[in-house]
Amino acid sequence: MKIVVCVKHVPDATADRTFTEDGTTDRDSVDSLLSELDEYAVEQALRIGESGPDDAEITYLTVGPDDAKDALRKALAMGGDSALHIDDEDIRGSDAFGTSLVLAKAIERHGFDLVVCGMASTDGGMGVLPAMLAERLGVPAVTHLDEVTVAEGSVSGRREGETASVRVHSALPAVVSVTDRCGDARYPSFKGIMAAKKKPLESLDLSGLGIEPEQVGRSAARSAVDRAVKRPPRTQGEIVADEGAGGSGLAVFLTAKKFI
Amino acid sequence: MAEILVLVDHVDGNPRKPTLELLTLARRLGEPSAVFLGAGGDTTIETLGRYGAQKVYVVDAPSVDEYLVTPAVDALTQIAASAEPAAILLPSSLDGKETAARVALRLGSGLITDAVDVTARDGGPVTEQSVFAATYQVTAHVTQGVPVITVKPNATAPEPAPATPAVEKVDVTFGPVSAAAKVVDRTPRTRSDRPELTEADIVVSGGRGVNGDFSVVERVADALGAAVGASRAAVDAGWYPHSHQVGQTGTQVSPQLYLAAGISGAIQHRAGMQTSKTIVAVNKDEDAPIFELADYGVVGDLFQVLPQLVDEIDRRRV
Ligand SMILES: Cc1cc2nc3c(=O)[nH]c(=O)nc-3n(C[C@H](O)[C@H](O)[C@H](O)COP(=O)(O)OP(=O)(O)OC[C@H]3O[C@@H](n4cnc5c(N)ncnc54)[C@H](O)[C@@H]3O)c2cc1C
Ligand SMILES: Nc1ncnc2c1ncn2[C@@H]1O[C@H](COP(=O)(O)O)[C@@H](O)[C@H]1O
Repeated sequence: MKIVVCVKHVPDATADRTFTEDGTTDRDSVDSLLSELDEYAVEQALRIGESGPDDAEITYLTVGPDDAKDALRKALAMGGDSALHIDDEDIRGSDAFGTSLVLAKAIERHGFDLVVCGMASTDGGMGVLPAMLAERLGVPAVTHLDEVTVAEGSVSGRREGETASVRVHSALPAVVSVTDRCGDARYPSFKGIMAAKKKPLESLDLSGLGIEPEQVGRSAARSAVDRAVKRPPRTQGEIVADEGAGGSGLAVFLTAKKFI
Repeated sequence: MAEILVLVDHVDGNPRKPTLELLTLARRLGEPSAVFLGAGGDTTIETLGRYGAQKVYVVDAPSVDEYLVTPAVDALTQIAASAEPAAILLPSSLDGKETAARVALRLGSGLITDAVDVTARDGGPVTEQSVFAATYQVTAHVTQGVPVITVKPNATAPEPAPATPAVEKVDVTFGPVSAAAKVVDRTPRTRSDRPELTEADIVVSGGRGVNGDFSVVERVADALGAAVGASRAAVDAGWYPHSHQVGQTGTQVSPQLYLAAGISGAIQHRAGMQTSKTIVAVNKDEDAPIFELADYGVVGDLFQVLPQLVDEIDRRRV
């Protein structure tokens, strides 16, 4: 069984993230890392591989600049077999449509029974890529799973929606996405980190996938940012130490603000 | 005036509040047409009309409840093909966003997700979004095709604009992938008497500092008529249901007042609450980052401060 795990290299969420002049995410000013939410996807893929079919073959896939390879190495250090890095100057500035096209072509070229994604990337965070991938690949999507099981050519899981918790089921091939509630991701062991260095990591550009430059990148983007304005940072108000009347003081504040 | 398609989010035929907000926003852009999937209730059409729906497309097919997302995609794309709308608005729910993504792909349209406001400009709708843990406000517009936009709850207050909608039943031809991701079982969430997290004017949240006992947080919430929120640490510990989690991987709220008790204020928590109008924090650690955002903060033990607050509210109300 061929499992492809889509992972993204993202600017560290705990740093001050900014935009460049042209309104795209600034990827140079802060360190980047494997999106924490994609660690859960890696973990689930590894568990699926460990639990079931012994022919499971796990490949990580990323679309991003050269240093996005770091995300692939990190994933490989956790486990899995190989990695595929798609990098091309013309991909820069792609929106979800462009990125999903590149991912879909790469997945088709590699072949797949199951695609595993994170629930959302921690930078763009649209949470739509798995659905777009499924649409492009023409396969079902079972997304936002808190629990996921693969058995006998099918995938099933539990999805917590806004108004109901649903159990879902689909035949493979399919695209799934998993949440941060499906089980903690493992830490790479020293042995894993050493082994990762020897695992195959292939790099491809657009021509290798048969994609024309006009189909992706900023010029193909279907929406445009008019402006990105930094919100004025919140200013700290009055902070008081409780010396026995902290609750009453809070009530005075809330009354002045007309909440009481 | 051009039609604006609004996908109705409903429970057993009752439109949820975000749908009424979408209808209100849609009136800025054109004539709202609601797209209703499933079996309606007695007052469904009337409610949609009260908030300005000029037309209601009804797709009453079992598929829409039996399979995830794709039946809605088939329905919306088919309706869009004949209605030629000027925009399509959907709620920013899990289903709403995925439906939007697939519809946009099929229509060759641009997509904007998680808008917190939508206004009209010459060429079409303009959106506002909060990004990077709500540290940036982004203004954007769609440059290709019929704009597909998902809107977060509370983007605007629902305003009635009574209309008597024309009702059009639509027979949708569902594609093969629509019968693939099957809903095997559905457990509706039990509703509490408290306001819903995304809809509440006031949210009172507890974190790890609550140490397993949310009753103290619930009492403050009830005294203020508020919804109850929780940090991921509190949810992971099993003290409160996940549906109440506030933050990056929970619900993003933007109430008039947010009260955080025993919450440190990690970036992922802030991502879900820092656009709140007023923020108040109670934490025994004076260095807790949550105080950096607080309009008013009490450095103290929440088990002392919160009960006193409740007593004081009761006293002030009599
Ligand atoms: C990918 C990812 C996604 C995440 N998503 C979310 C999310 O959506 N929402 C979220 O909340 N977190 C999220 N987190 C987790 C986040 O990083 C923090 O771990 C979490 O918010 C901490 O919760 P807390 O503030 O309750 O706990 P802690 O950080 O442990 O803070 C507890 C606070 O309570 C105070 N305290 C203790 N006892 C008392 C007392 N008696 N009286 C007053 N104060 C007291 C302490 O001083 C401390 O400041 C995410 C993390 C990751 C990696
Ligand atoms: N550039 C990328 N390369 C590989 N996978 C990606 C990329 N962008 C998004 N993904 C996958 O799609 C998921 C959802 O992303 P998003 O729709 O951007 O929030 C992520 O968790 C990843 O699994």
